[in-house]
Amino acid sequence: MANRYQNRIELLQGTLDLLILQTLRWGPQHGYGISQAIRLNSGDILQVDTGSLYPALHRLERQKWIAADWKLSENKQRVRVYRLTAAGKKHLLSERSRWAQLSDAIAGVLEPAKKESEA
Amino acid sequence: MKFPFWRGKKQRQLEQEIAAHLEMAKRDHLDRGASSQQADSATRREFGNVALVQRVTRDQWGWIWLEEFLQDLRYGARSLRKNPGFTAIAVLTLTLGIGANTSLFSIVNAVLLNPLPYPHPEQLVTLHESKPNFRAGSISYPNFRDWQNDNHSFSAVAIARGTSFTLTGLGEPEQINARFISSDYFSMLGVMPVLGRFFAAGEDEIGAAPIVLVSAGLWKRKLNGSAGALGKTINLDGKAYTIVGVTPASFDLFLRTARAPDVYVPIGQWSNPLLMQRTAGLGIHGVARLKPGVTIEQATADMQSLTNNLALAYPDADKGIGATLIPFRKDMLGSVQPVLLVLLGAVGFVLLIACVNVANLLLARSTGRTREFAIRAALGAGRGRLVRQLLAESLLLALSGGTLGVVLAQSATSAALKVLPAQLPRSAEIGIDTHVLLFTAAVAILAGILFGLVPALRTSQPRLHETLKEGGRGGSGTRHRAQGVFVVAEMAMALVLLVGAGLMIRSLAVLWSTNPGFQPHNVFTFGLSLPPSMMGAPPATIRAYVRELDAKFAATPGVEAASQSWGAFPMISDDEQLFWIDGQPKPTNENDMKWTLNYVVQPDYLKVMGISLLRGRFFTVHDDERSPFVAVVDEFFVQKHFGGEDPIGKRIHLHYLDLNGNGTLVQIVGVVSHVNQWGLDSDNNEQLRAQLYLHCLQMPDSYISGVPGGGGSFMAVRSKEATPRLLDALRQTNRQINSEQVIFDANSMDNIISATLAARRFSMILLASFAALALLLSSVGIYGVISYLVAQRTREIGLRMALGASSTDVLRMVLSHGGKLATVGVLIGLCASLALTRLMDAMLYGVSPTDPPTFITVAFLLTLVALAACYIPARRAIRVDPMEALRHE
Repeated sequence: MANRYQNRIELLQGTLDLLILQTLRWGPQHGYGISQAIRLNSGDILQVDTGSLYPALHRLERQKWIAADWKLSENKQRVRVYRLTAAGKKHLLSERSRWAQLSDAIAGVLEPAKKESEA
Repeated sequence: MKFPFWRGKKQRQLEQEIAAHLEMAKRDHLDRGASSQQADSATRREFGNVALVQRVTRDQWGWIWLEEFLQDLRYGARSLRKNPGFTAIAVLTLTLGIGANTSLFSIVNAVLLNPLPYPHPEQLVTLHESKPNFRAGSISYPNFRDWQNDNHSFSAVAIARGTSFTLTGLGEPEQINARFISSDYFSMLGVMPVLGRFFAAGEDEIGAAPIVLVSAGLWKRKLNGSAGALGKTINLDGKAYTIVGVTPASFDLFLRTARAPDVYVPIGQWSNPLLMQRTAGLGIHGVARLKPGVTIEQATADMQSLTNNLALAYPDADKGIGATLIPFRKDMLGSVQPVLLVLLGAVGFVLLIACVNVANLLLARSTGRTREFAIRAALGAGRGRLVRQLLAESLLLALSGGTLGVVLAQSATSAALKVLPAQLPRSAEIGIDTHVLLFTAAVAILAGILFGLVPALRTSQPRLHETLKEGGRGGSGTRHRAQGVFVVAEMAMALVLLVGAGLMIRSLAVLWSTNPGFQPHNVFTFGLSLPPSMMGAPPATIRAYVRELDAKFAATPGVEAASQSWGAFPMISDDEQLFWIDGQPKPTNENDMKWTLNYVVQPDYLKVMGISLLRGRFFTVHDDERSPFVAVVDEFFVQKHFGGEDPIGKRIHLHYLDLNGNGTLVQIVGVVSHVNQWGLDSDNNEQLRAQLYLHCLQMPDSYISGVPGGGGSFMAVRSKEATPRLLDALRQTNRQINSEQVIFDANSMDNIISATLAARRFSMILLASFAALALLLSSVGIYGVISYLVAQRTREIGLRMALGASSTDVLRMVLSHGGKLATVGVLIGLCASLALTRLMDAMLYGVSPTDPPTFITVAFLLTLVALAACYIPARRAIRVDPMEALRHE
C-alpha cells in the first residue's frame, strides 16, 4: 500500500522537484497553490498527487532548497507557505539545464524514429 | 496513534497544513457551484487517503527507525503488561543474573581495574632484598642508603616498617599503630599533607631530632583537628616527638595491613641496635618510583650491578644479596586477582543461565503467539520488523532486569563487603560508579539481544498457511528441540558452578580439619605495652616484672595458664633466628647459616597452647638467667637439621643473640610437635618451618632491655572454658598491675584461625551462592520445559490413558524425557568441569581439581533436583482425565 506511493515518488522525483522549484520562482506558495499552479500551467495534463507532493515538499525543505513559513491566508486561515531559498535557486538552474539536456537527448533519440515512420 | 513528544508539534503542523489544503480545495469546488456535500466528497476523492499522505510525508522527516523502534517498545510494553506472570518471572530471573554480575563487577572494578590513587602509578615498584631463602626479603638500613644513593633508575626510593607505640600524655594511654619511614616516602607517592609538611631530606637520619607525622584520624580524635597541633609534642613510648604534619585520611599504602598507622616516625628514630647492621632482617621493605622512561627490566638490571658492587664491598654481609622489583599493583593485588577472575567467570555463567531461562520462557510464550505473528505477517509486516519487535520486547525485559539488578547489586555489594576478607585491597573504594553502570547497561542490552534473538528468529518464520490453518498449534516440533538444547546448556553450566562450589567447600572442610599442631580452643591472645617506667630499667627489674605479669595473669579468674611470647607466634607474627651447630665451623657468611623460626616463651607455653612434648623436657621455673641456657626444638627442626637423630644434649650457636658475632651457645633439652606457623593452608609451602623455643628469662640482657621499647610484649592465656567476660577480667588484672600498661589487639585464637581462612571462605560463599542460584534457575528452566511439554501433549496423554496406559507409564514417560535432558546436560557439564576447574587450582587445598567424589555427588544432586522439578508437571500429566483431554480440541 505504502509502496504504491513510494514508487510513484521515485518515478516523479526529479521532475516533480523541478516543477515545484519552478513554480516557487514566481513567489511563495502553499501546497494547494503549488498543485493548482502545476495543473493550470500544464493545461490540466499534470495532476500532482498529494501523496507525492507533500513528501516532496518536506524532503526539499529538509534539503534546504525551499523554506516554509506559517502565514494567514485571505480567508484568515493558517497556511504553510513555501519559498525558494538561494540554494534552491541555484539547484533550480542546474536542474533546468539538466532537464534541457535530457529533453534534447530524448528528442534526439525520438526524432530519427519519427523520420523513419514518416518515410 | 500517539506520537512521541518531539513529534507532536511537527505532526500537528502537518495536520494543519493538510487541513488548509482540503479547506482551499473545497472552497474552489464551492466557487464552481458545487453543493457543500459534493464539494466535500470531491475534495476527499482528489486528495486521497489523508492518513497515508501523512505517513509518506512523515517518512521524509528522517528518524523513522527511531519512531518504529519506539512503537515497537510501546507495543512490547503492552504485550508484557498483558502477561504479568511471565513478565515477573523473566524480570526476576534477569534481576538476579544482572544483579549478581553488577555486584561482583563492582568489586572487580574497584580492586583490579581502577588505577592506584597516585599520580603515574605505573612508575611505582615495591623493592625488596632477594636472599637465598627469600625472594622478597627485608632491606637492611645500610643497604637502603647505598641503594638510594647509587641507583640510576629511580627518581626516589623510600622504605617503611610497621611498629607500634604507647601514646601517653593525651588522655588515656593508648597503643597506637605506627610506621617508621624514610623522608621520601610521601613525596615520592605524590601525596600532599593535610596540614604542615612531610619529612625533609636528612630528617630521617639516625640522630636527627625526634619529629612525627600524625594521621588525620588521630589528629581529629586526639588533637581536635586543630591547626595548633603543629609544633606540639606527643609522647611515644615515653619519648617526646614534635608534630610537623598531618597525613590525609585516605592514605594507606600498604593496604594489606589490617590497621592503618596512626603516626609516622622517621626511620632514624628507631632505637634498635641492629638497625645499622647490614645483615639485619628487620622487616623493612621499600617502595620506589621509576624515572620517566625507565622500564622495570632496566631498573632490575641497574640494581643487579649495584648489588653486585655491594657484594664485593661487603662480602660478609651482602654476598648473595640482590634486589627484587615488583610492580606495585601486582604486589598489592597479590593472590586476589585469580580468585576474582574465577568468580567473575562464575557469575558470567549465572547470567548465561538466566538468559537461557528467559529465552526459554520467550520461546514457550511465542508458541501461543504464532497465530498473532502469522496474522501480522499476512497484513504485510516484514520479517525484519517482526524480529525488531521481538527484540524490543526482550530489551524491555533486560532493561527492567538491569535497573532492578543495579538496586539489588547495591545491597548485595554492601553485604558482600561485610564478609570480605581484610586482605582484599582497597575494599573501602568499592561501590557503584559510572563504570559499573555502563557495565550493567552493556550486560543488560547484550543479554536482551542474546536471549531475544533465538526466539525472535524462530517465530519470525511463520509458515503462514499452515499456522493459520492449524489454529496456532503448528511448528512445535522444532521448538521442542530448541528448548531441549537450552535446558541441556543450563544444566551443564549449573553443573560446572556446582562442581566449583563443591571443590571450595571440600577445601575448607579439609582446612578446618587440619591439625594446626596446637589446640586453639579457649586460647586468648593480646598485646601488652609495658609501662614507660620499664624503658631503660635494668634487666633484672624487667625480668622480675615479667615474672610478676605471668603470675598475676595466670591467677586471673577463669585463666588456667599464661605465658609471654616475644618472638614468633603462630598465625600472628614471625621471627627468625640464624644458627650453626656446635662442632661445625662458623659459616663465614650469614647466608650460609641455618635458620629457624624463633619462639621466646615461658614454661607454661606448652600448657597454654596445648602443644605436645615428644621427647626430653620443656622449660621449667628452675631455668632462669643463672642456669645454663637451654632450648627446645620441634620435630621438623630435628628432621631438617639433625637428619632425624636425637638432638637432646646437642648444642647450637645462636647468631642474632650475640652482638659480637660469636654466637650464643644453647643446649637442646627437648623436642615438641610441629605447629602450623603460617596458617592452616600455607604451612607446607613455606620454606621456613623449623621451630626453636627459647626461655624468656634466659634471654641475654641486651635482648631483655629491648623488650619494653620494642612494641611491648605479647601474651597467650588458656581459659578453663569459653568465658565471655575473660577480657574484662584480664583488663582488671592489668589495671591492678600498672595503670599505664595497655592491652591491645585482644583476640581469641579461634577467631585468628578463622580470619586466616577469610579469603577462602569469601570465595566459597560467593561461589556457593552463585551455584545455588544456577541450580535454582536451571531447575526452574527444566520445570518450565516439562510443564510445557505436558501441556502440549495433554491430548496424546489422554489418548494413551484411554487406550490403557497406567499412570506409572505416563509418569515414566514424562520423567524419562526430563531425565534424558538432565543426563545429557550433566555429561556435558562434567566434561566442561574437567576442563575448567583447573583454573581454580590455586584456590583449592587438599582437593584435586578433578576430585571424583565432588564430581559424582554434584552430578547426582543436579540430576535429582532436575527430576524433582520434572515430577510436578508429571503429576499433572497423571491427573489428566482422558475424556476431558480428548474433548479438549
